[in-house]
Amino acid sequence: MSINWYKYSSPSSFYSLAGKMIPVFAVLAAILLVSGLYVGFFVAPTDFQQGEAYRIIFIHVPAAWMSMFLYVVMAIWAGIGLAFNTRLSSMMATAIAPTGAMFTFLALWTGSLWGKPMWGTWWVWDARLTSELILLFLYIGFMSLQAAIDDPRRADKAGAIIALVGVVNIPIIYFSVQWWNTLHQGASVSVNQAPAMASTMLTGMLIMVFAAWMYAIAVILKRVRVIILEREGHTAWVAELQKEGIA
Amino acid sequence: MLVWIIKRDLLLAVRRRSDVLITLFFFVIVVSLFPLSVGPEMNLLRTMAPGVVWVAALLASMLSLNRMFSNDYQDGTLEQMMISPQSLSLLVLGKTFAHWLVSGLPLVLMAPVLGIQYDLPSDALSVLVISLLIGTPVLSLIGAIGAALTLGLRGGGVLVSLLVLPLYIPILIFGSGAVEANMAGIDFAAHLSLIGAFLLVSLVFAPWVTAWSLRVSLE
Repeated sequence: MSINWYKYSSPSSFYSLAGKMIPVFAVLAAILLVSGLYVGFFVAPTDFQQGEAYRIIFIHVPAAWMSMFLYVVMAIWAGIGLAFNTRLSSMMATAIAPTGAMFTFLALWTGSLWGKPMWGTWWVWDARLTSELILLFLYIGFMSLQAAIDDPRRADKAGAIIALVGVVNIPIIYFSVQWWNTLHQGASVSVNQAPAMASTMLTGMLIMVFAAWMYAIAVILKRVRVIILEREGHTAWVAELQKEGIA
Repeated sequence: MLVWIIKRDLLLAVRRRSDVLITLFFFVIVVSLFPLSVGPEMNLLRTMAPGVVWVAALLASMLSLNRMFSNDYQDGTLEQMMISPQSLSLLVLGKTFAHWLVSGLPLVLMAPVLGIQYDLPSDALSVLVISLLIGTPVLSLIGAIGAALTLGLRGGGVLVSLLVLPLYIPILIFGSGAVEANMAGIDFAAHLSLIGAFLLVSLVFAPWVTAWSLRVSLE
């Protein structure tokens, strides 16, 4: 049995496919979120060094992972859209950006909430914190460039170029920030050595990572559906949807 | 072709000298504002100097990025250049080089004077000049991508800074790092080599990406 993948590169058929997929991922996200939070708050033991405050990692680590992962996924979709001129791929990239930026912000925010009791300060110019902040700037640049361009095809392509340039630069930025940090030896604390974790902590964290993943997929698909409707408003199938009252 | 486009852009810049001077004076003013805001404490100023000069150079070269393509875009010259049989990347390289000669090189030449304002020792001054000499072309090369992408957009000037400033960060780190290392008595050659590496990599890729962006913006 072979699936005709090309069928789903057309916005109209992907629209209905995404509509069927959203509830699945949303339910999965909800189940994983509840079980992850349960493990995180009730099963995982209190850390002997950090006390209860460590529990923020159940939000923080998934958010930080997703923020970086989503940027790469966004650049891949943008690159596919640029190379093969497939509209849907570029729409995916546009849909991913706000979720990625949200996770980046969440990672920074929870990080500083954790930093206050642990390091005694809201913000440290640590290599990881700094590069996460720069990642947020890159997301904002991508979104504001797309927002400034009225023609959607030009917005797609211009956004794709800046996303690809960004993804090439991320390792360079990361290593230069790390080197800058070690040279200055400003921060006496380091988040580089992760303490050995109890296995229940790790389980809770991994469940939360999958919850964040499922949430991201559900939200991105929802957003891509909205973008499809917006851009394909002139087509017959959207008009038909409107007639049926589904859209 | 390369020489022709550089000559042409330089001629245009000479005809409009005020544009060049604005960038230079912006650089001088920004650097001079810092002592007024943090106080005339010489020890503090000396440690701040490399960073302040570099950040001001970043902002000043950003200020002139918009002019790189926008005048040619408005009078249609850019379109004619793009349909000419010459390689667009080469043309972009020429325009970028001319942009650097007009907006980057004056900053390099002005930097020692500003360094003296901050009481930098003389060998630190020479390291500052060398780091700016290798670093500012990279700023023009990367900035050209941003200028090409935002061509003809409303609010293009602010948008360029959002796009390009995060990408400038490595240059900023190693540029000011070289001077700081020299002042701390550490070997600064590694910093300069890294900026040189950035220069070579962006020299190869940036004109190509810029040409690509111009095609996207003008199609």
